[in-house]
Amino acid sequence: MIEFLVSVIALTIPAGTALLYGTLGEVYAERSGVLNLGVEGMMIMGAVTGFAVTQTTGNLLLGIVAAALVGGLMALIHAFASVTLRVNQVVSGLALTMLGLGISGMIGKRYIGMPLAARIRPLDIPVLSDLPVLGPMLFRFNALVYLAMALVPILWFVLYKTYWGITLRSVGENPAAADAMGVNVVRVRYLAVVFGGFMAGLGGAFLSVAYAPAWIEGMTAGAGWIVIALTIFAMWDPARALLGAYLFGGVRVLQFRLQPLGISPNFLNMLPFLLTILVLLLVSGQAFRRRVGVPAALMQPYAREER
Amino acid sequence: MNLPRLRVERRLSTSRLTSTLALVVSLLLALLAIGLVFSSLGVDPIYAYRRILRGGFGSLYGLGESLAKSIPLLLTGAGLALAFRARVYNIGAEGQLLLGAIVGGGIALNFGHWPRGVLLPVMFLGGFLGGALWAAVPALLKARFRVDEVLTSLMLVYVAGDLVRYLVYGPWRGPEERGFPYSSRFALAAQLPHVEGTRIHYPTLLLAVGLAVLLYLLLERTKLGYEIRVTGENPAAARYAGMNTDRIIILVLLLSGGLAGMAGVGEVAGIHARLSPPEGISPGYGFTAIIVAWLARLNPLAAILTAFLIGGLLVGGDAIQVALNLPAASIYIFNGMILLFVIAGDVFTRYRLRLELRS
Repeated sequence: MIEFLVSVIALTIPAGTALLYGTLGEVYAERSGVLNLGVEGMMIMGAVTGFAVTQTTGNLLLGIVAAALVGGLMALIHAFASVTLRVNQVVSGLALTMLGLGISGMIGKRYIGMPLAARIRPLDIPVLSDLPVLGPMLFRFNALVYLAMALVPILWFVLYKTYWGITLRSVGENPAAADAMGVNVVRVRYLAVVFGGFMAGLGGAFLSVAYAPAWIEGMTAGAGWIVIALTIFAMWDPARALLGAYLFGGVRVLQFRLQPLGISPNFLNMLPFLLTILVLLLVSGQAFRRRVGVPAALMQPYAREER
Repeated sequence: MNLPRLRVERRLSTSRLTSTLALVVSLLLALLAIGLVFSSLGVDPIYAYRRILRGGFGSLYGLGESLAKSIPLLLTGAGLALAFRARVYNIGAEGQLLLGAIVGGGIALNFGHWPRGVLLPVMFLGGFLGGALWAAVPALLKARFRVDEVLTSLMLVYVAGDLVRYLVYGPWRGPEERGFPYSSRFALAAQLPHVEGTRIHYPTLLLAVGLAVLLYLLLERTKLGYEIRVTGENPAAARYAGMNTDRIIILVLLLSGGLAGMAGVGEVAGIHARLSPPEGISPGYGFTAIIVAWLARLNPLAAILTAFLIGGLLVGGDAIQVALNLPAASIYIFNGMILLFVIAGDVFTRYRLRLELRS
């Protein structure tokens, strides 16, 4: 039993890591009032960029950084469309996803079936990784897994305890009031959306250079959509994003392990999406909205003269 | 800093000419941008465009295929145009389409002995109800609890996909399929007739064109259509005028879901003649239909034309896949780029951009 648990948790954390990167980024973007349905597209572009750059330069770090930058660049398109041009955020995000799926497919074609030139190694944390039970469960992952974990408290702290965080939340809550206080709404939203793309790119790179490690066309396989769901499930909170990402990652790990017990993997797969709808219903209550801090101006473009 | 600043200002009025011109210019710019992407990835864009045109529209076979692919796009796109007019953003049409396929397919598998003249209409009716039922979830959540329909309808796409998978891997797997995830083939009475030598299942095509015309008339010529438009353009005014906007939200969601459901029936009864995993039933028609609706400027009648164009693009995409050895996903570049440029182009019909130099 313990062995089963250890192995499930040891698999769950990496399975949830790409989701965690993406969700942390989307939490920030949505906190500024911009919904970006392009996560799937930014992630897959990150995945193909990470793989291609690592492959051609032989340098893993370069690949990961390039993936993040490409994710941010994609997000810049969405920021321009939804913040400057104020087009429909839903449609612009969808377009971004399609674009990412298409371009990544073309770039990645020559890398299909190739082994990655560089290997990311698990960090061998002295002492801790040799602990019985806990060692193999928690302390034998690669650096990208720990980086995602480390970002959680940092992003939580920035969001709730710093001036930047207050500014970000005020822009998503009431942009007109923030503007009146002298906050540059456009700049905050651009930064938040681009940061979201940066994180989605990292999540994608994690998949192609660490988790797989390989390039497979369409390898994000809907992870970007789960990120959209997770952001709501986490109620726009970085700490709950960690919980949610590992929970949803666990569902993916468990779906085949529970099959022998007669639990259909398909029904298990639906669970995250159904839970998300439930959370959406929960946060629709006024009292709840205020306590959770649902970004009230989500999906609303802001224009000064139209107040 | 002395950077020039981009400002977006509202235009006072938009002429029809400006709006058509904006659409044409956006499309041309989109094609140019796609060409740039293609050539930067080492594909000759002129050659690619020629192959797409030839593949989709250059032969009788290509035209037939394009028309066949335009059927689900039109059914779904016309419904979405209606919903989007009310600013109800149903983006879960893909899931509603799959539910239609499940219900229609379920009827086909269980009542194959019924006469064709009864069975096929019942399948379409069932598909409509299935799609409408799937859309009823976001509709009720939106009307009753103000839950955003974008996210709920999207989540249900993935639930629908898993439901189809569960059925074709489980209880509905055909015993003679030797372990493949397919249902048994439908009885002949449950298969739609085709135009000789093509895959155009014309009953669905006629249905789609008829419904597109009806939706257009509903929208432009009836009181209800007027209410739908006002709900979209100015919900506060609509409520002030005593319109029941909740009822309208529910109505357009159910209608658009139902039409998507019928598209699902058309696909399984007209093309595949059995149920398969979701990717086999629809290569994302429910999402592509969003482009069809947007290109048609949310006019169901114009969707007839845009559905055919996008259908041709899909067929042309298959052609360059073979001719240029490109991956299947490359056609998404077209979808994404066109959508992006068209929504950006819309902005120029409502606003003008001004470059301000500040000192």
